[in-house]
Amino acid sequence: MATADAAARPGPGARSPLETVTRARAAARARPRRVALVLTAVTLAVVCVSVSLGDYPIALTDVVPALLGAGDRAEVIVAQELRLPRALNGLLVGAAFGISGAIFQAVARNPLAAPDILGVTYGSAVVAVFVITTVGASFALLYGGALAGALAMGALVYVLAYRRGVSPYRFVLIGISLGLMASSITFYLVSRASLTSAAQATVWLTGSLNSAGWETAVPTGAIMLVLVPATLVLAGRLRALQLGDDLGHGLGVEVERSRLALLMAAMALIGAGTAAAGPVAFVAFMAAPIARRLTRAPLTLVPAALTGALLVLVADLAGRRMFAPAEIPVGVITGLAGAPYLLWLLARTNRVGAGG
Amino acid sequence: MATFTARPPAPPPGVVRAPARRGAVLALALVALAFVALASLAIGSRSIPLSTTVHALTSYDPSNQGELIVHDVRVPRTLIGLMVGAALGVAGALMQGVTRNPLADPGLLGVTAGAATAIAVAVLVAGVAPLNGYVWFAFAGAAVGVVVVYVVASLGRDGPTPVKLAIAGAAVTALFTSITTLLVLRDLDTLNALRFWLIGSIAERGGETARQIWPFIVVGVALALTCGRLLNALALGDDVARSLGQRVARARALIGACVVLLAGSATAAAGPIIFVGLVVPHVVRAITGPDYRWILPFCAVLAPIMLLVADIAGRVVAPPQEIEVGIVTVLAGGPLFIALVRRRKPAEL
Repeated sequence: MATADAAARPGPGARSPLETVTRARAAARARPRRVALVLTAVTLAVVCVSVSLGDYPIALTDVVPALLGAGDRAEVIVAQELRLPRALNGLLVGAAFGISGAIFQAVARNPLAAPDILGVTYGSAVVAVFVITTVGASFALLYGGALAGALAMGALVYVLAYRRGVSPYRFVLIGISLGLMASSITFYLVSRASLTSAAQATVWLTGSLNSAGWETAVPTGAIMLVLVPATLVLAGRLRALQLGDDLGHGLGVEVERSRLALLMAAMALIGAGTAAAGPVAFVAFMAAPIARRLTRAPLTLVPAALTGALLVLVADLAGRRMFAPAEIPVGVITGLAGAPYLLWLLARTNRVGAGG
Repeated sequence: MATFTARPPAPPPGVVRAPARRGAVLALALVALAFVALASLAIGSRSIPLSTTVHALTSYDPSNQGELIVHDVRVPRTLIGLMVGAALGVAGALMQGVTRNPLADPGLLGVTAGAATAIAVAVLVAGVAPLNGYVWFAFAGAAVGVVVVYVVASLGRDGPTPVKLAIAGAAVTALFTSITTLLVLRDLDTLNALRFWLIGSIAERGGETARQIWPFIVVGVALALTCGRLLNALALGDDVARSLGQRVARARALIGACVVLLAGSATAAAGPIIFVGLVVPHVVRAITGPDYRWILPFCAVLAPIMLLVADIAGRVVAPPQEIEVGIVTVLAGGPLFIALVRRRKPAEL
């Protein structure tokens, strides 16, 4: 009895309850920050390795000078014109997929609801394949079409799932069925195309950085420069959304409007990423859950973005070097590596009762 | 000793109650099916008069070009449509019953994708040529789909909910698609073979396909038709089913095996066709109510009607081009699925 009393009453040397809570909160906030710092460092290191490795190797110590334009002329050209844009594309695409995956999973309140499962990427694919098979792979049309396809598909999922608000149940099921419809149309277009454009379409559908250059990195980077800060600002409301619509209302969040704004941002991000590299399988699906495990925090957009970037960079590096000089599209690597993780995550999420 | 059979709950109004009248409706549906089958023989990029069509069936004259088309092209196509439709409709009803989830379908839940990918591997990598050979791969692929999706979605306290099943199905489909993509990227010949295979179609499959697939589908449908009482018991929940003397796990395994047999052979015969197994049981339930002893035979009759009508529609919509039946069923079934999801309460089972 006496010890319990002593524990309950704050002695002169003990912390006040308020101080304890503050410290705990600070500790909880500190971990995502530390994780983000480590992830940033690793990502930058992988970018350097990615610039250094290739058929024309650049010594790791020469990478930074070459990127800055100093040193051997050939190395500067290889680094600045070939390897850096490719790595940058990987970084941007991965980050875009990571953030939008995190947003989708938060809005659907389901850790398994990724844009590549909910049909949005299929919307991108159907328009892109239409462009490839009818007009030919003109870059501007392909990029714009993929972006527009993702936005249109996202809007369609939202509108059809809307009925006095968007419930996660309708959002997931309607997204999946629209995705099935879009992928059937995509297969149909591929079957009707000439064999050459069918092959082009297939490579695009796999997700590949093989032809990524500055012309894809610049628009994707510009779109993300606008959207990423916007999503970070909205992220506070996302946390309230995760508690459910009623609690969200109770916390003073305009639930439906926040959800719409966030989803639109997520769809634009998916569109920008898909436009640059095609639908790289499972990155949007994997990034946020991995980031959550690293940070042990419920919702973390920046770590999710960094995790996505790292996944794409490492997978592309592996695809580029494993069977060199043959290059395997990055989507094949993420698809193969992601599939077992996906099943494991599926089983685990359902076992803890968060699968919907 | 009195034997207790699981009785389904009272049917909602509008449902045909009396067994005799249900039988009459079923007979009517069979007549409709016969008409649709006849239409499928007569209608196409070349329209063939009904008299010629009937003549080709009763006393075939190979010198008549119209009769030649009916006999060599349209009869196998229609037979495959009949069998694949019945298989998919019954498989859908079985899956909806065993998961107690109105939104189940072999295509939606990754079973079709599993079978299709296994067939692609068998034909393009292992070089298994005849349908008799690769149908076993289809069964293996379908079994992987059934088991993985069902087991994964059943984890957790609330069992296999529609969302969990659909996500597991989409994930398994994505996984199988990655494997197909790997195959396609190997070389152009593979791509060229596979890009047509990935769309479900009953055209140009030939009489050989019909001759080789029928035993599997007949056995599958017959086995499925005996499962009505099991499904009625399972519909009441595992505990009640157990107290009624059903061995729940064994019943599930039997029904799962039926689904594998039906969805696997349908995919082997026609390629991936989705949403037929979803839509037809819903239409049927509006007629029969929740009694699976009636739902299953009705599905076996109404699903081929839907498939053949979709196939005919694909033939006439943009002649002389044809749109594959797999595309038509997706475009028709997808909106219906969305309408079902948007209804406030999912249809009760």
